[in-house]
Amino acid sequence: MMIRESDWGHVLEVVAAWLLAFLWAAPLLYATWAAFHPMDFVSRFDLLAPLTLDNFRSAWNVAPFARYFLNTFMLVCMTLAGQIVLCTLAAYAFARFDFPGKETAFILVLIQIMIMPDVLIVQNYLTTSKLGLVDTILGIGLPYMGSAFGIFLLRQAFKQVPKELEDAARVEGAGWFSILLKVYVPLARPTYLAYGLVSVSYHWNNFLWPVVITNSTNTRPLTVGLSIFGAPESGVNFSVISAGTLLAVSPLLIAFLLFQRQFVQSFMRSGIK
Amino acid sequence: MTHFNPKTARWVYAWLLLLPASVLMVTFTHYPIVGSIFSSFFSTPRQGRPSLFVGLDNYAYMANDPVFWQVLKNNFIYAFGTIPISVCLALLMAVWVNGKLPGRAVVRTAYFTPTILPMIAVANIWLFFYTPQIGILDNLCGLFGIPSHSWLGDPSTALGCMMVLAIWKDAGFFMIFYLAALQGISPELEEAALIEGAGRWYFFRRVTLPLLMPTTLFVLVNSTINSFKLVDHIFILTKGGPDNASSLLLYYIYEVAFGFWDTAYASTLTVVLLLILGALAVTQFKYIEKRVHYQ
Repeated sequence: MMIRESDWGHVLEVVAAWLLAFLWAAPLLYATWAAFHPMDFVSRFDLLAPLTLDNFRSAWNVAPFARYFLNTFMLVCMTLAGQIVLCTLAAYAFARFDFPGKETAFILVLIQIMIMPDVLIVQNYLTTSKLGLVDTILGIGLPYMGSAFGIFLLRQAFKQVPKELEDAARVEGAGWFSILLKVYVPLARPTYLAYGLVSVSYHWNNFLWPVVITNSTNTRPLTVGLSIFGAPESGVNFSVISAGTLLAVSPLLIAFLLFQRQFVQSFMRSGIK
Repeated sequence: MTHFNPKTARWVYAWLLLLPASVLMVTFTHYPIVGSIFSSFFSTPRQGRPSLFVGLDNYAYMANDPVFWQVLKNNFIYAFGTIPISVCLALLMAVWVNGKLPGRAVVRTAYFTPTILPMIAVANIWLFFYTPQIGILDNLCGLFGIPSHSWLGDPSTALGCMMVLAIWKDAGFFMIFYLAALQGISPELEEAALIEGAGRWYFFRRVTLPLLMPTTLFVLVNSTINSFKLVDHIFILTKGGPDNASSLLLYYIYEVAFGFWDTAYASTLTVVLLLILGALAVTQFKYIEKRVHYQ
């Protein structure tokens, strides 16, 4: 009796789990359906509906997607490169040096984990405009380059490197900087990967600061482009919007589906801090 | 005495390593925090009129600004309406995906995918769901004879529509933290309890849930921070309307600063946001401290 009852419970759970999965996947599946079919089939499901790539063609022609892609690509690369260099240096100082003011400096770093530049748009706009960086890709990325989160993660990774390795390198005559490059950086490779994935997805998807600081096609990243393109005023129909949206998310989405394990693990580390 | 002793040389070296990152952090985090507080005591400079010290005038204006109270109320409704549901769903998802489920890799992917999509892209798709008459939601309602409704145009449903979207977007993200925690619980524990005659539900309630407590706290704090920090979808779905019914604090700050160019008042509103985030940060640090003690 007991066994049968729990069997039923199990079946019910499986059905519920799949139903929820379907609900969660539905919006993206639906957008895919709309993107590959003519507008007439947007709310009419017919397996024999003709497939078409026209929506992608018109999306590509309506908005300067090629330029948006280039902008996002430059933004993501520039930001990540800056973050890696700056955070590596700072993390090294926190992990392996003793200096006056270290505790205070670290508390100041922690503050940024909680209060990110995203919420300080007003003052940061004023600062960026004083620096003459409004409407530049550098202006979008710069506030994020001194990343507390990156310093924090790399500091943890560097702290786990055995001191003996450093001592051995020093015996061979290596200086501080070459110890960093030859001992610490290679051993922290998994952390760099995790941080890189989180940073790339964050800046690929980021919207509020870019929309504040950009005002021309030559600097707007994909998210900002997409918001202009998807606005009701643009007069584009839903099939074309779906196609444009899929275009914009596809590189990250495909990367995610291929390297799911790495993505999930990186996101987990990013949260645990 | 022209040469440094080795200790001083190390200090200098460490500070030089720290310098580039700290310059940027101070410029874009600490300086604007102080700057927001400072600006909140001054008036906005306008053509020919310089910024003047006005004391607490901006705060008095804020206290009498019905829109401020409305967006603050909205933000709390939004936070308390989305967080419990998405956290419960996240836990449920994690338990399912962690158990014996046919095709669980596919299910896990389905749950997690909304997390990596940009909010703007997602909002574009959901905007169509909520469109009166042709949207999916109206079509579904039509099947049950419910008349067409302007979901985003009605002040009583606009905020709710955004909350549904937020739950869908966040639940899968929080799932992975529960999943990690569940995988850390030894399976022998459950086996032993089941042999002792404890039911699955009893075991979940009395053993699993308490063990997941640190994760729950962490998820709660982070989801609250998120609900004050992420307003991208408002730009697409409602622009805060109708009549600020779906506006949130950070979106209002954006409007005041870049729609009305009232930077002093926007800074005053930012101070409120910073106080809220600061309170959450203190909660989080206390929790991290506790976790360190347990280890």
